Amino acid sequence: MLLEVANLNIDLPTADGARRIVREASFTLDRGQTLGIVGESGSGKTMTALALMGLLPDGATTSGAIVFEGRDLTRLSEARMQELRGDRIAMIFQEPMTALNPLHSIGRQIAEPLILHRGLSKAAARTQAVKLLERVGLADPARRARAYPHELSGGQRQRAMIAMALSCEPRLVIADEPTTALDVTVQAQILDLIADLGEQSNMALILVSHDLAVIAQNCARVLVMYSGMTMESGRTQDVLARPAHPYTKALLEARPRVSAPRGERLHAIAGAAPSADAMPKGCPFAGRCPLTIEACRLAPPAPVTLRGDHTARCIRIDAAERLA
Amino acid sequence: MNAPPVDPPLLEILDLVKVYHLPRQNLFASASQLRAVDGVSFRVTAGRSFGIVGESGSGKSTLARAAIALEAPTSGEARLLGRAMNLAPRAELRRMRAHMQMIFQDPYGSLDPRQRIERIIAEPLACLDGISRGQSASRVAEALAAVGLGVGDGRKYPHEFSGGQRQRIAIARALITRPKLVVADEPVSALDVSIQAQVLNLMTDLQRQFGVTYLLISHDLAVVEHICDEIAVMYRGRFVETGPSEQLLGSPAHPYTRALIDAAPKLQTARRRAPAPALEGPRTGCAYASRCALVQAKCREEAPELRALADARQAACHFPL
Amino acid sequence: MSRDSFAARARRNASFAVGAALVAMLILATALSLVWTPYPPGAIDVPHKLLEPSFAHWLGTDSLGRDIVSQLLAGARVSILVGVIAVGIGLIFGVALGLAAASAKGIAEDIIMRLCDFTFAFPALLLAIMFTAVLGAGIVNAILAIGIFNVPVFAKVTRALGNNVLARDYAMAARAAGKGPIAIAFEHVLPNVAPALIVQATIQFAIAILAEAALSYLGLGAQPPQASWGRMLSDAQQLMFLAPRLAVFPGLAVVLAVLGLNLLGDGLRDLLDPRLRARR
Repeated sequence: MLLEVANLNIDLPTADGARRIVREASFTLDRGQTLGIVGESGSGKTMTALALMGLLPDGATTSGAIVFEGRDLTRLSEARMQELRGDRIAMIFQEPMTALNPLHSIGRQIAEPLILHRGLSKAAARTQAVKLLERVGLADPARRARAYPHELSGGQRQRAMIAMALSCEPRLVIADEPTTALDVTVQAQILDLIADLGEQSNMALILVSHDLAVIAQNCARVLVMYSGMTMESGRTQDVLARPAHPYTKALLEARPRVSAPRGERLHAIAGAAPSADAMPKGCPFAGRCPLTIEACRLAPPAPVTLRGDHTARCIRIDAAERLA
Repeated sequence: MNAPPVDPPLLEILDLVKVYHLPRQNLFASASQLRAVDGVSFRVTAGRSFGIVGESGSGKSTLARAAIALEAPTSGEARLLGRAMNLAPRAELRRMRAHMQMIFQDPYGSLDPRQRIERIIAEPLACLDGISRGQSASRVAEALAAVGLGVGDGRKYPHEFSGGQRQRIAIARALITRPKLVVADEPVSALDVSIQAQVLNLMTDLQRQFGVTYLLISHDLAVVEHICDEIAVMYRGRFVETGPSEQLLGSPAHPYTRALIDAAPKLQTARRRAPAPALEGPRTGCAYASRCALVQAKCREEAPELRALADARQAACHFPL
Repeated sequence: MSRDSFAARARRNASFAVGAALVAMLILATALSLVWTPYPPGAIDVPHKLLEPSFAHWLGTDSLGRDIVSQLLAGARVSILVGVIAVGIGLIFGVALGLAAASAKGIAEDIIMRLCDFTFAFPALLLAIMFTAVLGAGIVNAILAIGIFNVPVFAKVTRALGNNVLARDYAMAARAAGKGPIAIAFEHVLPNVAPALIVQATIQFAIAILAEAALSYLGLGAQPPQASWGRMLSDAQQLMFLAPRLAVFPGLAVVLAVLGLNLLGDGLRDLLDPRLRARR
């Protein structure tokens, strides 16, 4: 098993003490597999991704284990983590304009991990960088390698970031909302690119997104997160076809659809996610959930296994099945 | 027998062009131009909301700002209820603004962080003459209630609210003068899916309640389709297709519209192949030629004009679908 | 949203706390000097010149028998006066120019900024010297000279930050609401640039105190019998080796005042800015 995350909790320091922003996240991932983590803002999905890279903000504490290739990343020193980053685990960020250094050429930035982790000379690394740019579909790669980030379009910058992430052929790639900042026609191309490259090198991919549709088309398995808790997880086909958790159902129904009749009200989810300082004792979705009962507010629900590895954290699953 | 007088359309845009001059690259090169909006004409009729769909660089936001007289067009006209806005004297334009308001995309940047909500919402009342303090307060309370916020919220500051609530405040501000036209520039793009639905529902409710017509700008087809009766698809400063929503989305005539519909991620697990990546193309001929899957020789030579098709549709394509 | 009050965070911020304490002392000294000093600051008492610190004269006397403590207190008065008025001049005219430049844009903005650059090009202190030398020494001219050089500083800061504010959506919303440029400048731009201006003002205050000390040292600022830290330093020069304390005490006063203001400014910057930036 390439990656095993067991009962990961992430706490962030605040003026009033530590705040738990991810609760008991657990999942596994093997080589070549794809996992999607879907959630809205405040769900903790980005923090989970950052925890895998060891890039949590200062003062953040974790408990639980992140076992990558047999080693617990939470116990590694910063120096060891630096060796892994860019080499065995790579990340593609949401905003290519801020993730790329505006003062260095693209070629130089792609060459960096190669020089650092593979010990290539500058010249060899630059040549390799040009090859990588070609592989990610940039026309005229040699010229592009000499260009600066601001000279490229959003889609091109994202391709350059992908080239950078993939340069050392990592075992695991984490993509945090890689297409959110891009136009819809470019999104599809970039997602295809990531998926193709993943298949070619048998890379494991974790795709973090707020868009269920993006996850649906690109990930075999999915984790639905809400307010730090994993509400539902399983094979994407299962979760989408037979969502068990009321939140997943509500999320699916709230999307405006192109084919829906116009002027019809959307199934909105009333209220808003609990703010992080007011994290409730029980299920974070209690109150917004149409099936809330007293017991929901008392304690966080335990995971219930449905079919195979399809699990959901809800004490009202039976009632949820009867929801339209 | 004279024909009965025809009411002027709510908003009329005539051949609008907006050119930006980019800073010179060096002392010897001449400044290059960016034709953000390259000759756009359309009408918004009261009661029929109009949507403009486009990606980044299409010029849709520039068009929105010109439509509401926040930017002066380089040429062409924007007329509100028959009156040309760029020609109107300052005082008259201010009064005209009471009829057209705007909702911005960024719920965090569209509210002044140092003002209380009630002051922010009341700001457009400056367009109206003769509103007393008491009337202003009651209008603010009315606006807050209409968007589902409480009267007590008026004393708070923007940072005390979430993104969805701030967008409601922005909507309250847009409605306080009871405008006929509300221009919404990507009103829900920055919001979570579950909140998007709330805000969209609110917008449709308010449409019914206050009789307001929307000019909605978005990159998201589903959002536009939900609110608007008519849609125009914009590419590189021009409309490439216009028509009633159902027809346009049901059977698109322009290849770009088709590409947009196809590219929108669907909730299905099968992946479809995306079209080949875009290359920069020259500006002669159709602007979409370099990306179009159905491109032919004529497309590169001659730029197509918007031509009428069946049932009130128009498309700028030599070979419409 | 964290309910941290300003006061609570202020106490935690060391820079602010220390700076505020020092500035408070400065203000107290000034206030005190208006009401009471151990001795009249200008009272010459030659038989008791150059006394060591003692119970009668806590820090001793200078070469003319004037009590040092009294002079320090009275000197504080001058420093505060110069700082407040000179920075005040800078704020009023500088902010007005900056707002005008940001709102008007185009040629007007360019002209105003180039005028500021022009003024910056001159070595301020030398010009202040020339100013007072030509127009006559004294506090008033010293204040004017220093004040003039504060104007372009505030103008530039206001214009730069004002442009940022005007680029935000809420400024555009104000235009859509029918507000004119002047109303927008006062209702939206000014309140949002105010924190940065406050910080800048503390820095400029410190600079003004130093400038006044320099001018007085050269005999161009406060004239005797008006006490001034700069003049005390100048007087102490001859006796540097005989009675170094005569230079140390006023020098220390200047250092502490400037340090206090700079720390206060730093602390305020931390307290005011991230609060505004952390709006998510």
